[in-house]
Amino acid sequence: MNLDPNARHNPDHGQGQIGHAVAELPHARLRDYTIGFALSVLLTATPFWLVMTRPLPASVTVAIIMAFALVQVVVHMVYFLHMSPKAEGGWSLTSLIFAIIVVLIMLCGSLWVMYHLNANMMPMPHDMRQIP
Amino acid sequence: MSTITLSAATTPIRFYELDEHPHPEGYSTMLGFWIYLMSDCLIFAILFACYAVLGGNYAAGPGPKDLFDLGLVAVNTAMLLLSSITYGFAMIAMQRGARRVTQLWLAVTGLFGAAFLGIELYEFAHLIQEGATPQRSAFLSAFFTLVGTHGLHVTFGLVWLVTLIVQLGRKGLIPANQRRVACLSMFWHFLDVVWIGVFTIVYLMGMLR
Repeated sequence: MNLDPNARHNPDHGQGQIGHAVAELPHARLRDYTIGFALSVLLTATPFWLVMTRPLPASVTVAIIMAFALVQVVVHMVYFLHMSPKAEGGWSLTSLIFAIIVVLIMLCGSLWVMYHLNANMMPMPHDMRQIP
Repeated sequence: MSTITLSAATTPIRFYELDEHPHPEGYSTMLGFWIYLMSDCLIFAILFACYAVLGGNYAAGPGPKDLFDLGLVAVNTAMLLLSSITYGFAMIAMQRGARRVTQLWLAVTGLFGAAFLGIELYEFAHLIQEGATPQRSAFLSAFFTLVGTHGLHVTFGLVWLVTLIVQLGRKGLIPANQRRVACLSMFWHFLDVVWIGVFTIVYLMGMLR
């Protein structure tokens, strides 16, 4: 499975922490956590402020908060989950990309199918919204 | 000598490693746990898709604007975000080999997590008291399932956290415990990532709907 047999057994891989028997523990650095936390606070507080005070029209606000959420997910992945293309010899990234593809198919597929189903339904004899 | 070089030039030499070489204990745990998280991600993706499809069906019942208190959600989000950075401090303390400090930061993380759960349970109780139960409308069913599943994950994370604090007290920072702390770190930060989706899609978009 592992294409590079040396990737796991490289003594430099553990980055000199205690317990060399435990290969591949992610190396946590204070700098990463502080940068990640500062960015997260900014990326969380701004959408809340935008929705609570409404300085912008709704469609613009939706676009901004969605974009901020996506950026914040990436920030958490990189700074808190220590995601990098090299982690675990690339297998973490491979499984992440696989998961993202499946998630996108599921989300977009469900929404697409359900909205089409709604649009193509036979017209109802009564307006269902009138029924309590 | 010349025949060897000739054969080497014409057919490439192949090496096969037939012996199983020793792996350190738990060498694949982190990757395995990451793959578990990715599969957990699919559960949440289904629940998000459900909410996206059903989120507008109020059945003449209350909608997000009538029910949600953004101030409370903001406090809740802050709790989870703070618990993420305190877990980071625990990881750093663990790398320095400071057991007591690790336990302390894990306990602080647990307190923030418990505060998050408490606020969420208060919110749920408040909704149910107002008659906005999961049975009321498709929107509320999808809401309670999605947010409840996240809350359930946090609950199990808390159980794991308490177990680890006790484990660290009894066995110390042995490699197995370090691995467990690192796994829970991934789990905890992953829950924070899911919460980004929850507060954006459910609460903020709900107020704009």
